[in-house]
Amino acid sequence: MTTATFAPVSMPADWRDFVALTKPRVMTLVVFTGLCGLLAAPGHIHPVLAFTAILCIALGAGAAAALNQWWEADIDAKMKRTAARPLPAGRMDRQAALHFGVGLSFFSVILMGMATNWLAAGVLAVSILFYVFVYTIWLKPRTAQNIVIGGAAGAFPPVIGWAAVTGDVSALPVALFMLIFFWTPPHFWALALFVKTDYAAAGIPMLPVVSGEVATRRQIWAYTAIMAVAALAPVLLRLTGLIYGATALIGTLVFAALAFQVYRRRESDPTRMMPERRLFKYSILYLFLLFGAVVVDRWLLA
Amino acid sequence: MTPEEQEQIRARQKSRAVMTGLLLGFLVILFFAITLAKIGASHNI
Repeated sequence: MTTATFAPVSMPADWRDFVALTKPRVMTLVVFTGLCGLLAAPGHIHPVLAFTAILCIALGAGAAAALNQWWEADIDAKMKRTAARPLPAGRMDRQAALHFGVGLSFFSVILMGMATNWLAAGVLAVSILFYVFVYTIWLKPRTAQNIVIGGAAGAFPPVIGWAAVTGDVSALPVALFMLIFFWTPPHFWALALFVKTDYAAAGIPMLPVVSGEVATRRQIWAYTAIMAVAALAPVLLRLTGLIYGATALIGTLVFAALAFQVYRRRESDPTRMMPERRLFKYSILYLFLLFGAVVVDRWLLA
Repeated sequence: MTPEEQEQIRARQKSRAVMTGLLLGFLVILFFAITLAKIGASHNI
């Protein structure tokens, strides 16, 4: 991937392009789940340190996104959805993105360690390295199961938020990790169904490209079943209360209904994939609801 | 390089310098606040 050349960059990049490089929209879910992990943890953390911990999670996610785009600049150039990003559009040179990403990684991890504790910093470092090396560089171009394993990178924030408060990792943050981990495949493959053509053009082995659309729909349904178990585990193991339990039960039933609809359909025209788009949109709301419920539960019990 | 390009580059550099300055200012305040929080925490133990 290092052979790609783009229009020569003579202008220094606009600062807004550095912000764009951190994928601020993806960051919102990362920040939210991290914040929920932090708020659900027992014990007290000074508000300034809590703010710093969330800032570090956001900066770490931004750093990973920047390094991802540094590596994938030539792939992004081939996809309509990503062609306007700073690197493929030629608004920034790759070296600047690399330096920015590496610098931000070190900064976020060191600040996390100094402000909270080194376990939280360590998990943050692992999540950045996992996203860049295991997902972006190793798995993504090689296997259609890329996002299943790679989804682990996105599942770390609640663990980091929790560890920032307590200095340890116990059963609830692990359960929340599992929830995001098994939520990622149906969430992402719903998206991959209606942007399939894009991934095909870039040669990325996304499941709909490699195994076909029918197999993807089946896998969405299968992972939804596993996700349902992960969603109900916290309340069944009495790690959370009934507010979470009720939210998880209703939220997961709706998720399953939407996923079942997607599973039963046969439609390969992306413009007519309304149920697939609906599942994708709802999956984001679903995660917000469940994580919000974990926090509400903990604060009402306390 | 034309004078217009020169001017564009200068403007771009200036906006980046201003943003960097603001960021550094924010970090100064943040580190000061972290220090206070840490000192406060050690008093409570």
